[in-house]
Amino acid sequence: MDWGFIGSHITDYTAGAWVTLRFGLYGVICSLVLGLLCCLARYFRVPVLKSIAHGYIELARNTPLLVQLFFLYAGLPRVGIRLSAEACAVIGLTFLGGAYMSEAFRSGLESVDKSQREAGECLGLTRAQNIRYVLLPQALATAVPALFANVIFLIKETSMFSVLAMMDLMNVADTLRTSGGHTVEVLFMLAAAYLVLLLPVSLAATLTERRLRYAGFGNQRTV
Amino acid sequence: MQDLGISVLFRGINFQRLLLGLWVTLRIALITIGISAVLGLLFGLAMMSRSRAARAVCRIWLEIIRFMPQLVLLYLVYFGFARLFGWNLDGETSAVLVFSFWGTAEMGDLFRGALTSIPRHQRESAAALGLTRAQINRYILLPQTVRRLVPQAINLSTRIIKTTALVKMINVTEVLKVGQQIIGQFYREPSAAFWVYATVFLLYFLICWPISLLAGRLEILWEGNHH
Repeated sequence: MDWGFIGSHITDYTAGAWVTLRFGLYGVICSLVLGLLCCLARYFRVPVLKSIAHGYIELARNTPLLVQLFFLYAGLPRVGIRLSAEACAVIGLTFLGGAYMSEAFRSGLESVDKSQREAGECLGLTRAQNIRYVLLPQALATAVPALFANVIFLIKETSMFSVLAMMDLMNVADTLRTSGGHTVEVLFMLAAAYLVLLLPVSLAATLTERRLRYAGFGNQRTV
Repeated sequence: MQDLGISVLFRGINFQRLLLGLWVTLRIALITIGISAVLGLLFGLAMMSRSRAARAVCRIWLEIIRFMPQLVLLYLVYFGFARLFGWNLDGETSAVLVFSFWGTAEMGDLFRGALTSIPRHQRESAAALGLTRAQINRYILLPQTVRRLVPQAINLSTRIIKTTALVKMINVTEVLKVGQQIIGQFYREPSAAFWVYATVFLLYFLICWPISLLAGRLEILWEGNHH
């Protein structure tokens, strides 16, 4: 292991990590919004929208991100839709993530007893109030593990941004590797960088889940 | 112009070439699914074993696949192993190795999850009724575990199929690569790229969607037996 090489290229990796983290974060935030909207459209059976949401979710969940990115970045410009690499990255990740987030929210909402929603309606809450004060808090508590799992999944999926010629972690490593001689060091740092990025997310997930369990959710005793 | 682009797909044997490219990834996926299904069950048992060492190994294994993107693992094996150990694995072998390493741990975790999610009273009631340990396993725990596990395992196999698209990044000539070759050959048709990538997108969807539907159906069908 050539520690001098590692020391001299650590700034390349921090720059790459920043790209990975930034676009991963944009993607995660947009995915959460899109996922929540899709999920609510389906939960409340909004005409037309629920079918669009359903079709979109099936499409996004059953195709690889790599293929989606190629279509966005190399396919669409040929029919006149030109997007920057950064836009493709965020759109691609959101397209994928929105579907997964929607499924996580849905499992949360489905775990809330129907009587809760009906009781809210009886008390005269508007639909928005019912969602905000009755349904979402309970649904989120159940959905948190799945939501965090999706966040980690999406940040890992950003490794495919390198095909968009973005200088993310993967592309930084690939560039250094092809310039020769230090494959082992390059890959070691790549793995370490993802570990450093994802460890705090994983830790946050564990802490949040533990807090929610103290609150009395999901205490069924099992085998 | 656009109808010119789409015609590229049906010129000569272009469409067959795409399908052959798809078969390359599917073959990797099928081998991976087979290996992961068998080793995954062993992994799941090891996760629940009394041996601390076995549990620790599984824990570390699981954490590695949780934290490392599959693409990074592919690079480690394809480029790293050659440097570290002098093993020059070809792309397909590296892919099967990496995806099985990943699939085994995911499958094992699903198995463990399915088994441990069975309420304790199921075992206790069976014991109270005088069933032996073997009978409890055979008639009470196994059927419920299978019904929880199978839909999730099917979903995992669609994830494996989707993930095999990554082999393009380690120089395996699969469907995306074939697509690029076709686009290169027909560079005079500007919209060829659009139609080729749209076709690849659709092909993946047509393979994964029915499998996902099956998993969903089974989940609904067996839901009544969960409690």
